[in-house]
Parts: sequence; C-alpha cells; structure tokens
Amino acid sequence: MSPTPYLVLATLLFTIGGAGVLLRRNALVAFMSVELMLNAANLAFVTFARMHGNLDGQIMAFFVMVIAAAEVVVGLAIIVMIFRTRRSASVDDASLLKL
Amino acid sequence: MNSIMTHGLAAQAEVHQVVRDASGLISSTWLLIAFPLLGAAVLLLGGRRLDKTGHLIGTAASCLSFVMAVALFVAMLGESGDARAFNVPLWEWFNAAGYQVEVGLLLDQLSMAFVLLITGVGSLIHVYSIGYMEHDERRRRFFGYLNLFVAAMLLLVLASDYLILFIGWEGVGLASYLLIGFWQHKPSAAVAAKKAFVVNRVGDMGMVLAIASMIVVFGSSSFELVFAGAGDAPTSWLNALGLLLLLAACGKSAQFPLQSWLLDAMEGPTPVSALIHAATMVTAGVYLVVRSAAIYDLAPEARTAVVLVGTITLLMGAIIGCAKDDIKKALAGSTMSQIGYMMLAAGLGPAGYAFAIFHLITHGFFKANMFLGAGSVMHGMNDEVNMRRFGGLRAAMPVTFLTFALGYLAIIGIPPFAGYFSKDKIIEAAFADNILIGLCALIGAGITAFYMTRVMLMTFLTSKRWAEDVHPHESPRVMTWPLIGLAALSLVGGAALLYVGGGIVEWLEPVTGEEHHDLPLPVAALIAITLVVVVAGVAVAWLLYGRRPVPVEAPAGNPLTVAARRDLYGDAVNEAVLMRPGQYLTRSLVYVENRGVDGAVIGAAKAVGGLSARWRRWQTGFVRSYALTMLTGAGLVVVAMLLVRLP
Amino acid sequence: MTIPWLTLLIAAPALGAVLTALVPAGRGTLAKQVAIAFSLLSLAIAIAVIAQFELGADRYQLVEQQAWIDALGIYWALGIDGIGAALIALTAVATPIVAMAMWPEAEAEKRDPKAFFALLLAVEALIFTAFLAKDVLLFYIVFEAMLIPLYFMIGMYGGPQRRYAALKFLLYNLFGGLVMLAAVIGLYVQSVDAGNASFLLTDLVALDIPVETQRWLFLGFMLAFAIKAPLWPFHTWLPDAAAEATPSNAAFLSGVADKVGTFGMIALAVPLFPAAAAEFAPVIVVLAVISIVYGALLAIGQTDMKRLIGYTSISHFGFIVLGIFALTERGATGSTLYMINHGLSTIALFVIVGFMISRRRSRLVADYGGMQKTTPKLAGVFLFAGLSGLALPPLSTFLSEFLVIAGTFEQYRAAAVIATVGIVLAALYILWLYQRTMTGPERADIGATRDLGRREIAVVTPLIALILAIGFFPRTVVDVIDDGVGPTLAEVDVEAPPPLVSVTDHAAEGNDE
Repeated sequence: MSPTPYLVLATLLFTIGGAGVLLRRNALVAFMSVELMLNAANLAFVTFARMHGNLDGQIMAFFVMVIAAAEVVVGLAIIVMIFRTRRSASVDDASLLKL
Repeated sequence: MNSIMTHGLAAQAEVHQVVRDASGLISSTWLLIAFPLLGAAVLLLGGRRLDKTGHLIGTAASCLSFVMAVALFVAMLGESGDARAFNVPLWEWFNAAGYQVEVGLLLDQLSMAFVLLITGVGSLIHVYSIGYMEHDERRRRFFGYLNLFVAAMLLLVLASDYLILFIGWEGVGLASYLLIGFWQHKPSAAVAAKKAFVVNRVGDMGMVLAIASMIVVFGSSSFELVFAGAGDAPTSWLNALGLLLLLAACGKSAQFPLQSWLLDAMEGPTPVSALIHAATMVTAGVYLVVRSAAIYDLAPEARTAVVLVGTITLLMGAIIGCAKDDIKKALAGSTMSQIGYMMLAAGLGPAGYAFAIFHLITHGFFKANMFLGAGSVMHGMNDEVNMRRFGGLRAAMPVTFLTFALGYLAIIGIPPFAGYFSKDKIIEAAFADNILIGLCALIGAGITAFYMTRVMLMTFLTSKRWAEDVHPHESPRVMTWPLIGLAALSLVGGAALLYVGGGIVEWLEPVTGEEHHDLPLPVAALIAITLVVVVAGVAVAWLLYGRRPVPVEAPAGNPLTVAARRDLYGDAVNEAVLMRPGQYLTRSLVYVENRGVDGAVIGAAKAVGGLSARWRRWQTGFVRSYALTMLTGAGLVVVAMLLVRLP
Repeated sequence: MTIPWLTLLIAAPALGAVLTALVPAGRGTLAKQVAIAFSLLSLAIAIAVIAQFELGADRYQLVEQQAWIDALGIYWALGIDGIGAALIALTAVATPIVAMAMWPEAEAEKRDPKAFFALLLAVEALIFTAFLAKDVLLFYIVFEAMLIPLYFMIGMYGGPQRRYAALKFLLYNLFGGLVMLAAVIGLYVQSVDAGNASFLLTDLVALDIPVETQRWLFLGFMLAFAIKAPLWPFHTWLPDAAAEATPSNAAFLSGVADKVGTFGMIALAVPLFPAAAAEFAPVIVVLAVISIVYGALLAIGQTDMKRLIGYTSISHFGFIVLGIFALTERGATGSTLYMINHGLSTIALFVIVGFMISRRRSRLVADYGGMQKTTPKLAGVFLFAGLSGLALPPLSTFLSEFLVIAGTFEQYRAAAVIATVGIVLAALYILWLYQRTMTGPERADIGATRDLGRREIAVVTPLIALILAIGFFPRTVVDVIDDGVGPTLAEVDVEAPPPLVSVTDHAAEGNDE
C-alpha cells in the first residue's frame, strides 16, 4: 500500500484548516478549522502506523481525539460566553487580553 | 614568672633588671586605677543625686590614688636599686591563635615616676577645679571625666603589654575628647574636640600597625617578650617599629606633623588644659618612646627621626607661642615646644632618656602651675583670654602673680628653678650628639625666654588695658593653694629630682640605661652661653613689650608673626592637603555611588523594563496574528529540520 | 532518648511566629507579649545549647541527622561548632532586644503589629537553621526562605520609599541565590560523580574537586554571600533598605540577618572550596579593602542618619570579609568576633537613632542639634554606641577590629595598612554625626524633647553591658570561636609564618644567665 494519497489528503486538510484559522473571523469557523488540522494530523498518524505496522500512531490518534474533545468543551463554552456578552463571535473583536 | 629584661648593644650601657612577680602591697597596684575608675563610674551613672557632692567624690578618688602611689613609692624605695620592677598580672585577656595578651601591670621606676606625677598633679588640679568649676551646672560630670582621665592615664603608664597600653592610650584620648568638648553648646569646642580625636586616630594607625608588626616579628606584644627579642630582630623591622611608634607618639604629643589639634584643644576648661594638655596626656608620646628604649636603641634611623621631629616641633611651638595673644594658646605653643625638647632628648637614646623624663616631670610642675595661673586670671577677668586686655594684674592678683612668676622663671631656665636643670641637661646632650641640633635647642631656649617674658609682661606688668566692666579679683583659696603647691615644686623640684638620693638619672638607670657623652666644649661654658641666650630673649621681650605701651588691637605684624598667628599654616596645610580633597572625594564618591554603582544596577533594571515594554507590543490580542506567528514558527522549525537532515 | 536541642532551638521561634500570627486582630499588645515571650524562650534554649558546647571536643556537637529526601541524599542535619555557637548567641540575644525596640514602630505606621512580630520570629527561626545546618541544600533553602519574611518586613513597615527598597533587597538577594543554586547543583553533581550522592557538608568537604570546577562553584557561592554580606560593589541594596526599614528592623537586618552571608563565607565557601578560596583570596581582599574605605567615605557624605549607619555597616563588613580571606587563623577569629560585635554595636546605633526619630519624626541629620543639653542620657548612650562603632578600646569592637588588622598584616601588609585608614575615617563619621546632632547651641524647636524612657533604657542596657563585658573579658568568646575557626582554616593550605624571633627561647636563655 502506498501512503502517498493519504498523506496528500492529510496535507490538504491541514492546509485548509490552517487557512481557515488565519483567514476566517468567526470564532466557530476558526474552531472548526482547528479541528480539521487535528484530524489531518490524526490521518497522518494512522497512515504511518499502518505503514510501519505498529500501534503507536493509532494510540497517538486516540490521544489527540480525547484532547480535541476536551478542548472543544472548554473552547465552545468560552465562545458562547463571549458571544453572550459581546453579541459577536468575531475573533478580532475579542482582543482585550492584551495589556 | 621571673625574667630579665635585657637590651642594649656593646657600645651602650647594658641594662639588666629583674622583673619580679609582685607581692604584698605592690600586688595591689591595680587599686591605683580602680579608685578613679570607680569614681568616674559613680559620678557618671549616679545622676542628679550626686550633683552636690560629686566634686568631693571625684577629688577623693584622685587623692586616694595619690596616697596609694606614695605608699607604693615608699615600698619600692625599700628594694635594692636594680630590683624595683614588678609584674602585677590581673587576668588573661584573650588568646587568639597563639597571640596571648594578659591584662597586667608593670610597676617599675619609670612608671612609678609617672604615677606620682599623674596622681600628684592630678589631685592638685582636682582641688583647683572645685573652685574653678563652682558655677558650672555640670560640675559632677566634669569630675567624672577627670577621674576617667586619671584612670586611663594610669593604665597607659602601668600597662605591661602594648595592647593594654593602647587601651589607656585611647582612654585618655576619649577623656580628652570629652573634656575639650565639655562646653558642648559652643560649636567651636565641639569641633576642637572632634579634631583632637581624629588627629589622634591618625597617630593610632601607627600604634595599631606597630602592634601588628610586633605580632609578626615577636609573636607577642608584651614588653617582656618584645624587649627580650629586640636584640635578635632584623634592624629593618626595628626601624619600622620605631617609626610607627613615633607616628603614634606624634599624634598624642602634638608633635610635627600632627601638632595642629593642641592649640584648638584650649577650648576646654583651663584645668583640663593644665592636666591633660600640659602636664600628663600630651607627654604620653615621650613615655612611649622611652618605654620602647629597647627598640629605639637598635633602630638608629628611627631615633634620628625622633630627634628631627622633636627639633622641628620645639622651634615651631616656640615661634607660635611668640605671636599668640590668647594666653592659653601662648602657653599651648610653649607646651608643644617643651615636648619637642623631651622628644629630642628621647631620640638621643640612653644619653637622653632620663633627661627627657626629668624635663617631662619638671615641665609637668611648672606648666600646670602656669596654666592654672592663667585659669585664675581668667576667673578674675570674666573669662577674658586676650592678653592685650590684661596688664597690671600684679596688684589685683598677688598670689597668682607670684606663683606664675615662679613658673615663668622655671620654664625659661634661670637657676636654681626646676626648668634650668632639666632643660640644660637636654641642651648639653643635644650638643654632644650633634652641633646643629644643639644650636636649635639653644635657639629654642632663647625664644622660650622671649615669649614667656612677653606673656608675663602683657599679663601682670605693664599698664591696665581691661575692658570696662571687668573687676579683677584674687581667686578663692581652694584655687590658690594648688597654685602655691605647684609653684613650690617649680622652685625646688628640679634640684630635688636631680640631687636627692642619687637623683632621677640613677633612679631610672635600670630602665633606660645610661651613657656618658663628651661635650665639644666645657659644661660651664655651655651653661654660660645658654644663660646669655636666655637673658637676651628676656631683654628683647622687654624692649618690645615692657618699654612701650602694648596696643589693645593687635598690630599687623611682620610675615613671620602673621604665619605664627595662624599656627605656621598647620591648619591651612591640613585643609589644603587633606580636608578639601577629602570633601571633594566624598562628594564625588556619593555621586559615583548613586550614578555609577547603583546607577549600573538601576540602569540594568530599567533596560530590562524598557525591553519588555517594547516586546509587549507584539501581543496584539488578535488571535489570528498569533496563529500566523505559530504557523511561521512551525514552518521555520520544519525548514531548520530539513536543513539539518539534508546533508 | 536524647533531647533534640537544636531542633528545639529552631522550633521555639517558629512556634512563636505561628502563635503570634494567630492572635486575634486588634490585640496588638498581646501579640507583642507573645512574641517577646517566645524570643526569650529561644534565648533560654540557646543558652542551654551553648552551655553544652564543649571546647576541644568534636568538631560539630549536638549533631542531629534525619534523612529528608533519601533518594537525593538530602538530610535534616544540624550541628553546632564554635562559629555557629557564637552567632547563635548573637541572634538569640539580639531578637528580644530588637523586639522590644520594635514595640511602638508598627503602630507608627498605622498597621497591625502582629504580622511584624510574627515575621521577626520567623526570620529568627530561619537564621538559627542557617547557622546550624550541616546540609548544604538545607542551608540554601533557609538562606532563600529568609528573604520572604524580610521582604514583607521592609515593604510593609517603613519609610515612604519602602516598597522600592524591599523590591531592591529581594531582587539583589534572589539573583545571588539563583547563582548559588546553580553552584549547589554543580556541587551535588560532583558528589554524585564521586559515587556518594549527598548534600551533607561533611561528605562534600571530603570530596576532592578539581580546581577548575572549584573556581566556578566557589564564585557561585561567593556571589550570593557577597551580596548578602554586602561587599563592594554588590552593596547598594543595603543603604536603601537601612534607610527605609523601621530602625529596629534595619538593626536586625544588618546586625543579625546579614551575618548569614559572612557566616556562609567562612563556614561553607572556604572549607568546601579551599583551593579556589586561596586562589581568589587576593581579589576578595582588594574588594574588602575597597569596601572599608568606600563605605566609610560614603558614610561621611550622608545626610540621612540611617543611611549613614548603613554605609558604616558596609565598611565594617569589609573588615569582616578581609579577616576571613586573609586566611589566617587570627584574622578569621577576629572576623567571627567582629560579626558578634558589629551586631551589638550596629543594633545599638540603629535603635538609638530610632529613639531620636521617634521624637523628631525625621531621619535627616540637619533636623537635629544641641540635643545633649535636654536629653543627656540619650546623648550619652548615643556616644557610647558611636564609640563602640569606631572601635574604641576596651569596648568589644576594638579587639575584633585589631585582630582582623593583625591577622591581615601577616599575609597582606598593604591591605592591612589601608584598612587602618578605616579607623581614622570611623572616628570622623561617628564624631561628626555626634557633633551635628548632639552638640552645639540648644535649638529652640527641639526644646521639649523628652529623655530616654524606661522601655528605651531596657533596650540599650543589655547591649551596653554586653559590649563592655566582651570588651573586658573576651577570653571565653575568643576560645569558643577559635575552636571553630581552627579546623575550618585547616582545610586551606595557607599557613602563617611563625614569628621571626622566637622569643620564648630567648627569654629562657636570659633566665640561665
């Protein structure tokens, strides 16, 4: 089995995700783009695991999924809070953390 | 522990004296110091309760010490001539890595002479002070300080170790500081006190380093071990020791170049000037040199330095004494000059040690006498000190006049008064050593005659120049009796010390050694020449001050007079060489500290702060720019990895 | 079971600190009483400890050793030697005195006094631990932990610039501590390499560390101690802290707490790295001499009394360091004695200046003058403290200063000669201060000042008594110190030459004649 198509797909997904984070202002979209990047990484992990024939990559993919799930919980809660107080989900409006 | 103090070379007289452990009365020598020390403690801590009786307690403490001294003297006379030195160990002070110091006393012929002088003259001055300080509300404290001084001075001359001597040495310095500044409300007194202490500290540097050198050379600073080892020590070290001790002596004895504090010290009450700054403390330097005879005997260069310092100071003091209108300062100049004579004699080695001590004692008599006389005059003249405002006091103060006159005759060296014997011996010894030094001493005698005649004429003779509201009167008996006592000593003290029972030279010989010298001309001729010079000095003074009226305002005077009025620019030199640069240095160091040393640290802190303020701008708060940064960073990492991997 | 005396000694003030902090708010007097009672209890235990100390017996006595983190070789190890005994005595004596002097200070700052007193006891416990610790990591931990209570004491109670001073104090000392931590770890690595992982001082001293490594480790330790002590040019935190802290806190800081720095030099830096110490000694001697003269000259130039005393301390610390790094037994004994005497005389000076400030509400010299007329007792004790500051014999300070100079003179002649200039300058700054504040005409605006009260007399009396007692009878103290200094310096291969002239032989010959 050639890993190339899988890796190309992973690269594409990662690029789309990265572009989404950098270009889109809506926090929810940016968030989904981050998920896309994580999944791209997962795909690469699984591909290499299959290629080398050991389970390290698979395990790592599970870790990433768990972390992503935890992150989504916290991240969505923050986004909802910001939306409630500021009536906007744009990340450019939420620049108050700077001093 | 019995041992033998040995010093001297073949060319000089060998000195052997057994130092024995004290027994009987002599083992109570410490009482000499304990009485005045206790007196000082009681008076200074006793509070106002003792205001009424304080002066009596103080005087009693000093007198008890004198009685003890006489008893010890009698006990000592009972011993044979070369067995009159006693160790009185008290307690072990400390032992630091093999350097052991015992608090102990050494009572020998030399310290005995000083003990009698200090307690005797000291007690007379205590009595005098009862009258002199009668109206001072802090009289109790004055007597406390006086007692403290007597205790410290006795420790100085009785100590058997240089480090213990140094305790007394600093103790008298402290007492002198407290007493010069006794009238602290006068800024000039406070400044003079501080100056005296600080200048003395310069001398103390010499003392500290001398003792440190002794530890290096001898491993000890006790007289016994140092003197015993001096014969084996390298001459360079002995010369260094001699010069360091001389530095210490210069500070305490107001010798050139540390002379400048003594004239200012006259800010203190007059009894203080008499006791501390004439009769006893200022002569401690001479004591130090004579006590260290074993070192100086083997250190010819250091001895030459002592002679030079003595000669320079005796001329300087005499010249300053000629120009001062303040009676106490004129006497202070004279004190400097007379101590110069003693130093000169001490520098001559075994030929002069005994004469230095001899002159020291007679000087203690007649100078204390004259200072107290001056105090008596001030007492009757509303504390006026300017001699141009005196004149004709002979009639108003007959006792003061007569006693002062005896002191006067003694100091200028008219036979048979005390000063004649002692000073003549020094001039003889100086001539025997070196014609030039002898001539200087001779000229000094002439100037002495001149300035003392001037003081005498301006104060007691000539016409009245009193301020209008002044009504001179004789002082009370409590002040005149000490004057009479000291005057009597000025009259007979010299002859008595020289001739009674073998005299002081023989008495001191076991400590100082003796050396006979050959004079370049017969003794009688030298005495005659000296007398002619003295009479010439008196005559010149008479021509200048006796024959014509003394102006109330000081005339402009010639350059030498102007210089002498300003203490031969001693203070000016100090100010130009030490004080001004010192102030400048201090001020610039404060600047360097704040701007440089501290500034560097503050600067570093500011730089860090500034840098982080700059870098903070990167934190824009826009999530997407952070993401871009991260992405760039990740890209850079990948590129770096690729670059490293490729080859 | 044997009583763990040294742990008790540390526990007493620590417990006192906790109890003082637990006193309900608003009951300031009770807090003060509790604090003073516990400082007196520590004094009693300290006396019991020192009474058990035997001269000439084991190097470290009353040793306690308990594994703390076994895997890393860290121990709760305590022991007392001559140097430690002397400094324990100083700390135990000084704390109740300082606490008494502190009595009115917290209220003057309108703050609850209990924290002030609790922190004081906490520092005391930490200082005890530092003087007793026989485990380098334990020493390091308390060395750093001490900064926290001291930081709050300076920052909460003090003059208008106190925050600045407290932060400067903290940053300086933290910086030194950080470098020292690196050196501590480096030292541990050496011990691991040697096959016996341990932080115990006795194990570490026994290591044979190569000279190049010693150099770096020594510098790491020395930097921390030189900042703490403080040595020129790392000193500038001290004048600020001394000026801004309350007078008795300044007294405690420079009189007692800073002694941990000089203690570290003689008890850790020199025995741990003897070769490097001998190599760097000339450099440190030069810095010490600069400190002596520089501190004294700056003291002369000050207009603020507390700053002035702060600079005199820098000069005196110069003497202490000089004596240690002359690497002669006499010098080091003098230095250790100097630590005690400087503690006593500096505490006296600071608290007496505090009395003056409590009367006039000013730190500036220019606001005083002619005070000896109305307050003769105050003037008297001030002069006494000043005289002990300028090392007048036979006050205790004299002997230590003299031993330092004499000990230095054996190895470094020029340094000793320059150091004696310090004794002239000392006379100048002390007497000039006295002249400007106490003498001169009575000033109308100072007329109604009251003289010393009963509490104030109780504060200065023990100080004066100790300065006199050690001055007249220093023998026991010197013997105890020498007992610790001797073996410490034996680690260094520098021996003082014997006297040029062997006098005792000669005297014996003389007897035979």
